[in-house]
Order: sequence, then structure tokens, then C-alpha cells
Amino acid sequence: MSLLATVAEEAVSGRTTVENFIDFAYLISAIGFIMSLKWLSHPSTARKGVKAGEIGMLLAIIGTLMKHEIVEYRWIAIALVIGAAGGVPLALLMKMTAVPQRTAFSHALGALAAGLVGTAEFYLHGDTLSKVALTAIGFEVVLGYLTFTGSLMAFGKLQGFITGKPILYPGQNFVNLGIFGASVAIAGYLVVNPTAAHLFPWLIALTLVFGVFLIIPIGGADMPTVIALLNGYAGLSASAMGFALDNKLLIIAGALDGTSGLILSIIMCKAMNRSFTNVLFGGFGAVAQSKSGAVEERSVRSISPEETAQMLENSDSVIIIPGYGMAVSQAQHKVRELYDALSKRGVDVRFAIHPVAGRMPGHMNVLLAEADIPYDRLIDMDEINSEFPQTDVALVIGANDVVNPSARTDKTSPIYGMPILNADAAQTVMVVKRGMSAGFAGVENDLFFMDKTMMLFGDAKGYIADVVKELSGVHAGH
Amino acid sequence: MDDSLTNSLYVFVLAAFLGYQVISRVSVLLHTPLMSLTNAIAAISLVGSLILAGSAQAPYATVMGAVAVAASFANVVGGFLITDRMLKMFKTREPAK
Repeated sequence: MSLLATVAEEAVSGRTTVENFIDFAYLISAIGFIMSLKWLSHPSTARKGVKAGEIGMLLAIIGTLMKHEIVEYRWIAIALVIGAAGGVPLALLMKMTAVPQRTAFSHALGALAAGLVGTAEFYLHGDTLSKVALTAIGFEVVLGYLTFTGSLMAFGKLQGFITGKPILYPGQNFVNLGIFGASVAIAGYLVVNPTAAHLFPWLIALTLVFGVFLIIPIGGADMPTVIALLNGYAGLSASAMGFALDNKLLIIAGALDGTSGLILSIIMCKAMNRSFTNVLFGGFGAVAQSKSGAVEERSVRSISPEETAQMLENSDSVIIIPGYGMAVSQAQHKVRELYDALSKRGVDVRFAIHPVAGRMPGHMNVLLAEADIPYDRLIDMDEINSEFPQTDVALVIGANDVVNPSARTDKTSPIYGMPILNADAAQTVMVVKRGMSAGFAGVENDLFFMDKTMMLFGDAKGYIADVVKELSGVHAGH
Repeated sequence: MDDSLTNSLYVFVLAAFLGYQVISRVSVLLHTPLMSLTNAIAAISLVGSLILAGSAQAPYATVMGAVAVAASFANVVGGFLITDRMLKMFKTREPAK
């Protein structure tokens, strides 16, 4: 197309053919993302959803590369290669137990991208941009950088680089709110006075520090909520970028992700009977730990793998309750062997999944699916809770607070009001546990001291392996 | 409010409502794949990163854009791949056993 023709066409319609094509590609892309999430509603259509998302993203990339603003492709090509080289191994070589930290890490990457684009946009065009665009950049930068360091902290905690326990000090909330207030104030001031660019580095620094401080007081048990929340923030920062660049596709995709993260974190909060503010400012574990020291010694019944095998074999129905401990000891494959051995003997084995079991929403489901346990055996808390009284054995593997009956009765308990799995209603309760330490919330668990509870002391993986060995050694049938 | 902001706000609010409706229906089973999928979709910030990296406005902007492209493209590739890898694992019982 000659320059003259282009100019003439633009004069008539105000737009070029290429621009129309790009807009169309973006529209299809947005539809792809929506269908992608819609198809994720059921495992049978979910993989089709991934395809729809991929097509959406491909169209978005092609459309963007055709934009007339893009005049140089060299750095883009290099960056795409580096990105792919980093992203592929991160996805394919990662162990499934490491999915929570991978998720946190990728939130950090996405948020960093949003922060950088917002920053460059401000330095390039800050003095000519409208108040609307500046406000959008403010949101983008604040959300981007706080999610960046916040997610890195979450990653460090999940990976074990930093202690998973909450770190608390007096006046912490005051300090955090002060830092956050200061960065919001600077962002607001810059919207009104964009020429005060010397303040921008302070905005970045304060926001980065706030992200770190925000996660320091958060304990491992609250990670599912926090990861979901950071997921939402990453989405919202993309949406803010859309407002800054006046790009509808970014706004839509960001809004979809933002709501997804917020919905998940609300579900997680409900599953712990806590409010957002309580998760973010509560410092859960540490408060309770001081209390648990006062509890006197009580006796528990412990049994051997051999006895465990016999009891399981002679039952008709077993509900297995997995928790983070199962993930830590990588016991999911042994659990699957146990499931097979018992199913072969005609025992009905199901899994009860508490929404906050593990370190991220749906963590247990993924681990059990990885071990080839059919997903129709994984039952949600609300559905399975009424079935415990008719169940012979509730087998708790590496879970603690989610089966603690004091959540129902003890008003002084930090987990009071949290919906729990009614393991205590089963005929017999078995708990695989390393030792008698209190749960993450630091609360004594009365379940362990009930007459019908057997403690199976040992590492989850090793203990279940022993039980499976017993089961395969014993002649079939009972 | 200018027109483009009004339009953008409409789009945002409607997309958020749509997101709420669609995501509330996602099976609890699939909440982890949901997070990795939305993570891949949130990497749509790649669009802004590409424009920044390719528009040759200033050397520092190009470098920042290139870093942003690498970061968000890692999420695009990694996010979709790991979501698919997880979803592949969700199976029902093998028929007739």
C-alpha cells in the first residue's frame, strides 16, 4: 500500500484496513478467553478451554505485532525466545507438588511486566497523558509492583527459602498501612502533577517494600487465600494497563482474571470462616501458638501398619482426608496404591477434599489426579460431610486443622467457626501423623484423643507404603 | 468523563460480571488449573509489553519492554502448558474393570 493511498483511506474512514483487522483479531481473542474459562467448568471440556485460550492469545500476539507503532522486531524476537526458554521447562519439568510456588512465581513475572510497562509509559509520555491515563498507570504500577514482590515472598515461603511461619512485630499493621498510604499518596500527587517525575522512583520503591511487608505476617495455612488474591491483583494490573493504553482486550482479559482471583480468595476465606482483613492483618498461627503450650499431656492410642491394614481391609467404606502433609511427604502415589488395594477387596474408598487443604485452591485434587485417582472419587466437603456417620473408617493423611472438632465447639479457638470435615463422626478415625505437634494453627486437636481414634505415627509416605505391603502380603479376601 | 473512559468502564464492569458468572461455575476440582489458566490469560499484558519493546521510543523503554515481553511470554507459554498438563491427569475410572 503506498503512503498516499493509506493517507487517503485514513482520511475517509479514519482507520486503515490493518487497524480494522487488529481490532477484529482482538475481539475474537476476547471471545477465546471467555470460552476458555467457560469450558473449564467441567473436566470433560476443560482441555478444549486451554485450546480456546491459546488461540485467543495467538490472535492477540499476531494482532499486536501488526500494529504500526511496532517498528523494530529484534528485541521482541530475543525476548520471546528467552521467555519461551524460561516458560517451557517451568511448565513441563515442575513437580506437581511444586505447583503452588510455580503459581506464585508466575504471578510475580506477570506483575513485573505490568509494572515495567506502566513505568516506561510514565517516563515517556507522563507530561502529555490525560488524567485518566495517569490514574490507570498509577493503579497498574502500584498493583504491579506490590504483586511482584508479594508473589516473590509467597514463592520464597512456599519453596522454603523463607520461614513459612508468620513473622510479626509490634505496630506491624501501622507500618504496613503507613507505607501503603504513602505510595498511594505519591501516585495521587503524580496524577495531578505529572511533572514531579523525581517522585516516581519513590513510588516504585515504597510499593515494592509494601509487597514484601504484606506477605511477611502471612502463615502457610493462609497461602491459598493469598495466592488467589495475588492472582486477582495480577489480573487487575493487566486491566489497568488496558485503561492506560485504551485497549479493550486488556481490560476484558484482566477483568476476567481479576474476578477469578477475587472469587477464589473469597471461597478460601469462607472455608476458614475468616475475613480478608483478618487474613491480611491477623497473623494467625503466632497468636495461637502461645496458647497451645498450656495444654496438659493426654494419652492417645497408636497402632501398627499391620493392624491398620487389617482394620481397613475389614471395613466396607473408607473416606480418606488428605492434607498438606500428604503433599510434603509426596505420599500421593502410595495413597493411590492403597486405594487400588482396598478397591480390589471391595472396599468403597472416597476422598474428602476441604477447600483449604494444601497451599492453593484445588491443590489436593491436582495431586490425587496426578496419582491417577479417578476424579469422581474426590468429593467436596459440602457433599461428603453427611456421609461420615455411615462410614467405617475416616483416614486422615497429613491434615489437621480441617478435621479439628473444636472449630465447632470451642469459642476460644482461633479456628472457631471454620467449616470442617466431620471425620469425628465416622465409626473409626485413623490419623497418619509424624508426631503429636499441634496443627498449623497451633491448636490442639481433640480428634486425636477420642476413644475411636487410632494414631498412625510415621511419615505419611512410609507408613502408607507399609500398610500397602501388609495388604498385598495378606491373602486376598476377608 | 470522556467517551473513551466511559466505554472502557462499561467494558470493564460487564467483563467483571461475566467473569463472575463464568468462574462461579468452574468445578471445585479444577481450581488449581483455573489459577494457572487465568495466569496465562493475565499474561495478556504481553500486548502492552510488545508495543513498548518494538516502538523504539527510547533505549531504556525498549529494554524495559523486552524484559516485560520475556516475563509475560514465559507466563503465556508456561501457563497454558502446565494447565494442559494438569488437565490431562483428571480421568474418570477406566471403563469395565
